[in-house]
Amino acid sequence: MTSGEPEVSEGRRRLSSGPGTLLVWLYGVMVVGAVSRSAVQISTEFDRAPLAYSLSAVAGVVYGFITYSLVRGGETARKAALACCVLELAGVLTVGTWTLVEPSAFPDATVWSDFGIGYLFIPVLLPLSAIYWLRKGAPTGDAA
Amino acid sequence: MLDALTLATGVAALLLAAWCGWAAYRDQPTKDWHFIGMAVVTVLALVQMVVGFVQLGRGEKPDQGTTIFVAYLLGAFACVPAAGFMSLAERTRWGSVTVAAGGVVLAVLEVRLYDIWGA
Repeated sequence: MTSGEPEVSEGRRRLSSGPGTLLVWLYGVMVVGAVSRSAVQISTEFDRAPLAYSLSAVAGVVYGFITYSLVRGGETARKAALACCVLELAGVLTVGTWTLVEPSAFPDATVWSDFGIGYLFIPVLLPLSAIYWLRKGAPTGDAA
Repeated sequence: MLDALTLATGVAALLLAAWCGWAAYRDQPTKDWHFIGMAVVTVLALVQMVVGFVQLGRGEKPDQGTTIFVAYLLGAFACVPAAGFMSLAERTRWGSVTVAAGGVVLAVLEVRLYDIWGA
């Protein structure tokens, strides 16, 4: 198997095989990045940019949940991850636009500032590829 | 911080990324030689971490803070092994792609480490 459909095995659909491996890795990196960043900033200089740091923490939680869902697999996890990816994409686009329109609201950057430019645009590319991958994993045949 | 070591680790990480990217392009999983390459890069990151801790121990201060510096040192060390383990579980081209992505991430971490330590 080089690519293609997520494997169906022993009832629970695997979401972390094939291209899913790369997604798990990149989401894992973003979890570490967003969580550790916000942990340091919130514990040391929260007053400087509370909004930015809180948003980074929220992003970290969302990334964590998606990573867990991808690793766990199964239809429920797939749907939950899909919903979170849509949420994530909306978050990146909203915060990205917000930081461009009103930079004064953000004295310091978040992971989602300027559409994730500080993270090689991974924050905006990741949900798009994850949504594509998760939709491909939808059950075929009956319209369940 | 030893600039030469940071540069060497960054370049080695990019080479590893290119090598595994090539394997992925040829539709191959990571093989023994790739794992030796990962080991070399990991040893470089380990040496860098030890050197970084020694320099902190001597009382030198990174420009952007000790906590962030230590976090990045740990991240840089764990980066490639983590991707390597994932490619062990995924014996397809996608395992190679993952290690390639790990190499790119490590190179970015090296640039950040250089900034954090300061001139």
